[in-house]
Amino acid sequence: MDFDLTPEQSLLKDSVGRLMADHYGFEKRTSFIASPDGFSREMWRRYAELGILGLPFAEADGGFGGGAVETMIVLEAMGRALAIEPYLASVVLAGGALRHGGSAKQRASLVPALARGDMILAFAHAERDARYDLAHVATRARRDGAGWVIDGEKTLVLHGDAADRLVVSARIGGDVGGADGIALFLVEGDAPGLSRRAYPTQDAMRAAEVTLASVRVPDDALIGAPGAAFPIVRRVAEDAIAALAAEAVGAMAELTALTVEYLKTRRQFGVPIGSFQVLQHRASEMLIAEEQARSMAMFATMMAESEDDAARARAMAAAKVQIGRSGRFVSQQAIQLHGGIGMTMEYKAGHYMKRLQMIDLMLGDADHHVRALARAGGLFGDAA
Amino acid sequence: MDLRFTPEELAFRDEVRHFMRASLPAPIRKKMVEGRHLEKDDIVRWQRILNAKGWAVTHWPAERGGQDWTPVQQYIFQDELQQAPAPAPLPFGVSMVGPVIIAFGSEAQKRRFLPRIANLDDWWCQGFSEPGAGSDLASLKTAAKRDGEHYIVNGQKIWTTMAQHADWIFCLVRTNTQGKKQEGITFLLIDMRSKGITVRPIVTIDGGAEVNEVFFDDVKVPVENRVGAENKGWDYAKFLLGNERTGIARVGYSKERIRRIRELASLTRDGGRPLIEDERFREKLASLEIELKALEMTQLRVVAAERTRDPKKPDPYSSMLKIKGAEIQQAVSELMLEIVGPYALPYAPDTEGANEPPVGPDWAAPIAPTYFNWRKISIYGGSNEIQKNIIAKAILGL
Repeated sequence: MDFDLTPEQSLLKDSVGRLMADHYGFEKRTSFIASPDGFSREMWRRYAELGILGLPFAEADGGFGGGAVETMIVLEAMGRALAIEPYLASVVLAGGALRHGGSAKQRASLVPALARGDMILAFAHAERDARYDLAHVATRARRDGAGWVIDGEKTLVLHGDAADRLVVSARIGGDVGGADGIALFLVEGDAPGLSRRAYPTQDAMRAAEVTLASVRVPDDALIGAPGAAFPIVRRVAEDAIAALAAEAVGAMAELTALTVEYLKTRRQFGVPIGSFQVLQHRASEMLIAEEQARSMAMFATMMAESEDDAARARAMAAAKVQIGRSGRFVSQQAIQLHGGIGMTMEYKAGHYMKRLQMIDLMLGDADHHVRALARAGGLFGDAA
Repeated sequence: MDLRFTPEELAFRDEVRHFMRASLPAPIRKKMVEGRHLEKDDIVRWQRILNAKGWAVTHWPAERGGQDWTPVQQYIFQDELQQAPAPAPLPFGVSMVGPVIIAFGSEAQKRRFLPRIANLDDWWCQGFSEPGAGSDLASLKTAAKRDGEHYIVNGQKIWTTMAQHADWIFCLVRTNTQGKKQEGITFLLIDMRSKGITVRPIVTIDGGAEVNEVFFDDVKVPVENRVGAENKGWDYAKFLLGNERTGIARVGYSKERIRRIRELASLTRDGGRPLIEDERFREKLASLEIELKALEMTQLRVVAAERTRDPKKPDPYSSMLKIKGAEIQQAVSELMLEIVGPYALPYAPDTEGANEPPVGPDWAAPIAPTYFNWRKISIYGGSNEIQKNIIAKAILGL
């Protein structure tokens, strides 16, 4: 057992960290948000140059053969910078569907473009009444000659507006809420019958409501075996939880550091407010919450590559609970310790709070996952 | 980064686990599982079994009887011992005064005391806290005046755990009242059979009497029983307090307690069905497991960092382990209390050979006392508030 990064991983960490430090200041970020795409195409190109857009994909497919640790390194850096590019949507979620379910032909045709930054993908899975139920798919796909016809409505599709292609889940059999009968399809962003209503999110990213009205796709648009895609969806969600955990840890680390710095510089009653014990203890508690979250993000990273489905699911649930709770604690304390300045849009702290809170509410909040874990017999089970 | 144990580490874990199963005497294990009071003889007997195997002082240097294990192996050993669940080797000797003597003691002290600590031939207790010196330990007043080849010690120590069993006490005493209070403290080893020592038990809210007051009235201590230099005791005390880096979180014991919670919650019926089937209870337990898993990972990270740290300097991250470990153990004791419910009420003193039949389930009696007793965990060894001060200062730079 060791916590050391390999020399290659250390190099990756340094170069992503430097990229974000050099090009992702808070002012820059504000200008990226205001740009027409709502994120930086320039940064997207830089990510491609650094190799992180193709990071988790096999080298044979045109990727860089990185694992969960590499993804953790990148997402933590993005969390620190509050990056708003569609990395999670394109590389982790939709890209994950390709990795876990795509055919060699599909991967060969898409991964190189994705890695070069020439193509953005999105994962159109969630639906209106699904809340956190991954099997709640009411969108239908039916056979039509040599292809399929998809009808339905997808919601909260992260970066669905920017996506050149979408990975869409649809039901070809079974009942809504059932694991059987779910299929995944690659759909062109400009496919006739597909419409998107885009909007900004609380955390300054983008999302879209996607309507599919008799959208026709060829047979080779199918990812995985027809009707058996639920394990892929679940695996993608688990990868995304591990990635979000790393991102949240990056955000918490920066937010704690920002707050501690403020405590040292802000003076009241003639002294730095960080000299007051009640505030020191809050800051210490923030650090503990951050470190506990970091530990669980590492645990999730390790378990993301486990082939034990039940153990992996339990680990991801546990990690999501921890980052949800730690993230809320750290961000609330940060705003409180900053006082009025923490409430303003022009200051960074509140933006971390917004991202951390949205992370909690994605893919199941802390309460959802603690319930799931309790129903699954707990984290330790009989084995401790 | 690979957080799995290597095949060698797994083999080592199996070896330790097998030893614990084969060697931990059943009556001791039973008391541990049931949360009952251990007698002095239980603790001595078990430590001598460990010592015969060479495992009583594993973290000491090999030439002093320790094991040349990696930090991960040390962690695995401790985790398996705690999960057995077995008593820890007496910490006052093995984890506190032993490492201080190794680091700062004379060769004669090492030869005289270390083997007897390992075999628990000498039972040590800790003379740090005083009525006026708790969190502000450096304000201690127990005085040692030099008189030829002796110090004459006068004063009082308090909260001295198991002083009633002790052969020796290691003490912080004041040898200089001028200048900074930290710079007038000396570290003395005192024979508990010395003339002028009185031990008075303190009954705690659980009804037990594991802590004591120790009074010193013109106690003569040979100068050769001073550790290191006069007036340098504060440095040794800081070393001692930061030394028990990894054991303090007691993760293995909490894992074992969570198994016990599952077991007892399965035996307890609530609304006609086992309490363990109650969704709210299960969610509380799951939340606790998550906290514990996070702590375990945090602890492993601290363990892994030991390789590259100065072993003579305390790691401020151990304060984090202390705080979370205390919170989790106290949460465990609350959940146990919730399970036992109304049968927490009867008070039955935990004395060996009591023949009264239990009121309610036979496992009920120790639970409420343990809950009361475990409030100490966030107080001893530097209260959780002191630990937060340490984090604020040493890590955050506030």
